[in-house]
Amino acid sequence: MDIASLLNCLADPGCMAGQIISGIIIAMVLFLVASGLSLILGVLGLLNFAHGSLYMIGAYFTYTVMASIGNFGVALILAPIGVGICGVILERFFIKRVYGLDALYQLLMTYAFILIFDDVVKFIWGIFDLSIRMPSLFRRPPVTAIGTIVPFYYLFLIVVGVLLVVAIWLFLSKTKYGKIINAAASDPEMLMCLGINVPFVYTIVFGLGSLLAGVGGALACPLRAITPGMGFAVIIESFVIVVIGGMGSILGTFVVALMFGLMRSFGILGFPFFELAFIYVFMAVVLIVRPAGLFGKVRI
Amino acid sequence: MRFLGLLRANSWVLVLAAFLLIVPFLFPSLAFINIVSEILIMALFAVSLNLLIGYTGFVSFGHAAFFAVGSYTVGIMLQRLSASLPLAIPLALLCGMILSGIVALVIGYFCTRLTAIYFAFLTLAFSQIIYALIIKWESFTGGDQGLVGGIPRPPINLFGLSIDMTSPFSLYVLIVVAVCVSFLIIKIIIDSPFGWIIRAIRDNSERMNFLGINVRRYTIIVIVISGIFTGLAGGLIALHVSGSYPDHAFWTKSAEPIFMIMVGGMKVFAGPILGAIIVTELSAHLSSYIGLWGLIFGAFLVVFLMISRQGILDVLALKTGLIKKLKL
Repeated sequence: MDIASLLNCLADPGCMAGQIISGIIIAMVLFLVASGLSLILGVLGLLNFAHGSLYMIGAYFTYTVMASIGNFGVALILAPIGVGICGVILERFFIKRVYGLDALYQLLMTYAFILIFDDVVKFIWGIFDLSIRMPSLFRRPPVTAIGTIVPFYYLFLIVVGVLLVVAIWLFLSKTKYGKIINAAASDPEMLMCLGINVPFVYTIVFGLGSLLAGVGGALACPLRAITPGMGFAVIIESFVIVVIGGMGSILGTFVVALMFGLMRSFGILGFPFFELAFIYVFMAVVLIVRPAGLFGKVRI
Repeated sequence: MRFLGLLRANSWVLVLAAFLLIVPFLFPSLAFINIVSEILIMALFAVSLNLLIGYTGFVSFGHAAFFAVGSYTVGIMLQRLSASLPLAIPLALLCGMILSGIVALVIGYFCTRLTAIYFAFLTLAFSQIIYALIIKWESFTGGDQGLVGGIPRPPINLFGLSIDMTSPFSLYVLIVVAVCVSFLIIKIIIDSPFGWIIRAIRDNSERMNFLGINVRRYTIIVIVISGIFTGLAGGLIALHVSGSYPDHAFWTKSAEPIFMIMVGGMKVFAGPILGAIIVTELSAHLSSYIGLWGLIFGAFLVVFLMISRQGILDVLALKTGLIKKLKL
C-alpha cells in the first residue's frame, strides 16, 4: 500500500494529468482489440480466443510494411486490411463450424489457431523481439500541458481511438448495415427469412472484428515490442473488459477500457500490490452481481 | 470386504500401477520416467477437471488456480520447512491438497451462483486473481521468476525406514503411487450414488432440483473434490520440475487439461488419461524433433474437430455399446 504517493499525485495536477494520459493510452489499444472481440461475441456468440493472435499479426504486418515501404500511414491502412482478410479466411474455413456449439469446442478451435499463428509468426519473422522506430511524422517535440509532457504520438492515438469509437457506434446504430448486424445478433432466423444472407453477415462481422484487432496491433507497434505471444496478455485483458462492459456493447467496452486503463495507471501508484488483481476482482464482482455486464442487455 | 470389492472392480488401476512400477526397473531410462511422470501428473489434472466438465456438466476455465495453489504450497513449504521433518514431502502434498480444497470451496461458492458460460468466465476471473497475486507477492512466491533455486526433497522417514527422495526413481514411484491412488478414489466416487447424482445434474439439473437434490451444494462438493486432486497434481508437478512458476496459474494452463479431456473423451473415465498421453506425447516428441510444435499440435486439434467432435474413447464406447445392444 502506498496511499501517500497516490494522494500526492492526485494533489499535483501535472502528475495527475500524466497518469490520466498513460491510463488512456493503455485503454485505447485495449479498446480496439476488445471492441472487435465484443462484436464477435455479441453477434456470433463466439468466444474467440484467437483474437489476441490477430492483434499480434496486425503488429507484424505493420512491421513488414514499415520495413519495406517505411510509411506508417500506409502501414496503418494495409496491416488492418491484411488482418481482416486473414479473419475472413479463418471464419469461412474453420470458425464457422463451431458456431452454436458448446464453449468447449470454441475454445479448442480458437486456441488451436493461437498455437498455429504463434508458430507461423516465429517461422516467418523469427523468435526475437522486433520493434519499429517512432514514425518520422511523430518525431517532434512533445506537447507540454498542465505540467506534464505528452508525446505527440499519444495525442494521435487518443484522437484515432475516439474517432473510431464514434465511427463504430455510428455504423452500428445509424446505418442499414449496422442494423442488419444488430438484427443478426438478436434473431438470425428472422433475418434469414427476410432474405438476408446471415452466414455472409457473420463472415463480415468476423472480418470487421479482426480488422479492429489489426488496428490495435498496428497502433501499438511504435509503443511496444513486437513478439510472438504478445497476444496472450492482450486477449485475457480484452476478455475482462468485454465481460465487464457487457457482451456486444461498444459503449460498455469503451467505458470499461478507460476504467481499466485508469485503474492500472493510478493503481500502480496507490496499490502496487493489488493493481494487477484489482481488475479481476472487479470482474468477479460484476459477474456475480450483474452477469450481463455493466452495459449489457439482460438476455433470457 | 467392501474395500476389496471396490479394488476388484477397479483392478485396472492396480494393473496400471504395477506395470508402471515394474517397467523402469527392467529398462532403466530417465527419459521414460520423465515423460511418464509428466503424463501421469497431467492425466490426474485432466481426470480431476473432468469430474466437473464431463460428469457434472460445468465448464471451468480456471482450474489452473488449484493447480498453482498446490504447486506453490508444496514448493514454498519444502523450501522453508526444516529438512529434518520426517514426513516433509507427504505433509507438503497434503497441505497443498487441503489448501486447494479450501480455495475451491471459496471459488465454488461464488461460481455456482452462475451457470453456463458465466460460470466459466467467473472461474477464469478467480484463477487470474490467483495469478496476479503470485506475480505481485514477490517476497513469498518469487514473483514472475517463480520459485527458483530448486525444491529440496528431504528423505521420507517412516517406521524407522529412511527413503531417499533425491533420486529420480524414488520420486517416480511416489508420483505413480499418488496418481494411481487418486485415480482409484475418483473412480470410486464416480461409481458411487454421489457419482450418479452428479451425472443426473449434468443431464437435467432442473429435474434434480424438483427431486429435492440441492444442485448447488452438490456442484460445490464436486468443485472441492476436483480442486483437491488438481492441487495434488500441482504439488506433484512442483516436485517433478523442481520449481513453481506463475505459468502454473496462467489461463493457458487451464486450457491444457480441457484439450486432453476433449481429445481423449469425457464420458469415459480413462478418456482424459488417453488425452493426456496423446497431448503430452505429441508435445514432448514433436517439440524435440521439430521446433514447430504449436503448428502441428494446432493443426491436429483443428483436424480433430473437423473429423469428430467426440473424444476417442467416447466414440469407442458408443460403438461397443451398440454392439452390446445388438447382441442383446
